[in-house]
Amino acid sequence: MMPGATGTDVVEAVSGERGTSLWRGALRRLRRNPAALIGAVIVLAFVLLAVVAPLLTPYQPASAQWAGQLTPSSVPGPSGDHPLGLDGFGSDMLTQLLYGARQSLVYGVVSTAIGLTAGAALGVLAGGCGAVLGRVGALVDGAVMRLVDIMLSVPSLLLAVSIAAVLGKNSFAIMIAIGAAQVPIFARLLRSSMLSQGRADYVTAASALGIRRRKIVTHHVLPNSIGPTIVQATLNLATAIIEVAALSYLGLGEDDPAVAEWGRMLVAAQDRFANDPRLAIYPGVAIAITALGFTLFGEALREALDPRTRR
Amino acid sequence: MLRFVVRRLALMVPLLVGLSLLLFIWVRALPGDPARALLGQRATERSIAQVTESYGFDRPLIEQYGIYLRSLLTGDFLDSIRTGQPVLDSFVSRFPATVELAIAALLFAVVLGIPLGYVAARNQGRWLDTTVVSGSLLGVATPVFFLAILLKVVFADTLGWLPTSLRQDPRIDATDVTGFAVLDGLLTREFDAAWDALAHLVLPGIALGTIPLAIIVRITRASVAEVMNEDYVRTAESKGLASRVVSRRHVLRNAMLPVATTIGLQAGLLFSGAVLTETVFAFNGVGSYLFTAIGQRDYPVLQGYIIFIAIIYSLINLLVDVLYGVIDPRVRVS
Repeated sequence: MMPGATGTDVVEAVSGERGTSLWRGALRRLRRNPAALIGAVIVLAFVLLAVVAPLLTPYQPASAQWAGQLTPSSVPGPSGDHPLGLDGFGSDMLTQLLYGARQSLVYGVVSTAIGLTAGAALGVLAGGCGAVLGRVGALVDGAVMRLVDIMLSVPSLLLAVSIAAVLGKNSFAIMIAIGAAQVPIFARLLRSSMLSQGRADYVTAASALGIRRRKIVTHHVLPNSIGPTIVQATLNLATAIIEVAALSYLGLGEDDPAVAEWGRMLVAAQDRFANDPRLAIYPGVAIAITALGFTLFGEALREALDPRTRR
Repeated sequence: MLRFVVRRLALMVPLLVGLSLLLFIWVRALPGDPARALLGQRATERSIAQVTESYGFDRPLIEQYGIYLRSLLTGDFLDSIRTGQPVLDSFVSRFPATVELAIAALLFAVVLGIPLGYVAARNQGRWLDTTVVSGSLLGVATPVFFLAILLKVVFADTLGWLPTSLRQDPRIDATDVTGFAVLDGLLTREFDAAWDALAHLVLPGIALGTIPLAIIVRITRASVAEVMNEDYVRTAESKGLASRVVSRRHVLRNAMLPVATTIGLQAGLLFSGAVLTETVFAFNGVGSYLFTAIGQRDYPVLQGYIIFIAIIYSLINLLVDVLYGVIDPRVRVS
């Protein structure tokens, strides 16, 4: 040890260096993985289209401006003014899809953020206490995990449905419902990776050097456990986008008719499916491609962060 | 083994008590008066007074919870707002349909998923592997009800190869023995009825089984790839065992452990998916009933079904843990 350097400095220097190289190495592996690149391109395109949607279309979403052109058996298809045709309510399909991307992005990100924050808080409480606090910690850990078990015993869609039933039909309720259904997943994941990190040699070393327990958790255990949680968050963005659509199908989706939403477009297209399958295929494929993008990227990230695949 | 099972069953008790507490709070959090929420549109001054009285909504909360817990233990779950049918009866009469559908979906997923995952792992990095992996990712990314609608429109409505809806052709006069349509047909030797029920399971089974299929493919692939690198596989190969023996006895058997867990975990997913799939195919099971209950704010049904589903889910996971011991002797010892 260098003269004048404290134990903390040494531990921080060592763990800090490992932290950067882990993420830098992951980035290098991501760049070499074609699946990751495809996923990243889809995700970036989705985010970009969602953000600049108003610049790409001269129309307003859900305007039903051309409702007069609809007949019970047909919906006007692609034309010069409407590259993808109209939808079943007489709005421009492309506009609906673009604004739908915005809505999906907001729903996905906010609900995953809610799930991640609440789940991580529970997971850190359980895992942090369980990892360093001995018998009292184990009690806290046990109590939190029983709560998580209860939440996990109800299928996530039903959990989301129950919460949406209490909160009513609005964007806020949908995001809380889908976020809450993700809480147990994040809590469990973060706890288990924190507990396994808690048994690592560097934690023993840090406590032998006299570093406070809280600092060990926040500075050492947590940063080293966060990888799988980030991967899961990426994958959950895909699930969240699909679940928003499922809630719409169950009649618990967005109630405001001025908001374009892929799930509701899909549900509304059902009646016209036999004559105009494109009405359902556009939003359905949009959901599938977006979810695929997040899944591809998340899976590639998982592989890149997995110590077993590191060179 | 018996002690393990009894201990796990005992552990379910606090879980169910906790869940009942959450559901108790949930009913009270519903918008409006709980008695009115539980009765829905059928609420009259008299029925509200009656439910308030029998559920004790006018008494202290702790006493209310006691009354509620007693009603759960005696199986008294109120009646459905919509149909007036007791919640437990409606579940019991529809449950076999959903089990049949879930078995069809799992069979589809397992029979196709394990070989595909195995082949992908054996051909890692080649086009076969890439195709299987991409296909499985697409399977996870497609919304269940979108896939169900597509399958229905293409294979039932347009091509007419398979029936579009229901569990069985209503013109068939099938004898009901167990509630499982295919099994009943076989038991009563009404083979046309069994065949017809089987045909009705194909499309919903595929729709419901696609996500589990995709997950099983990926877990099998990862697990087989990992086991193939184990020392004992190299040892088995180097002592000259036929590659088929190595694959079956050494690779597959060891690789099946994570796959078994995954299959168990699919149970919850199947229930969520059944709500959507059964609705698309008007398949008269627990899921489609729950769908209508959600749409109509039928809270007694929702409350009861959540508890039943949680019990079944926990039992399935217990079964998976017991099966672990059968597959892996190391687990039996510990």
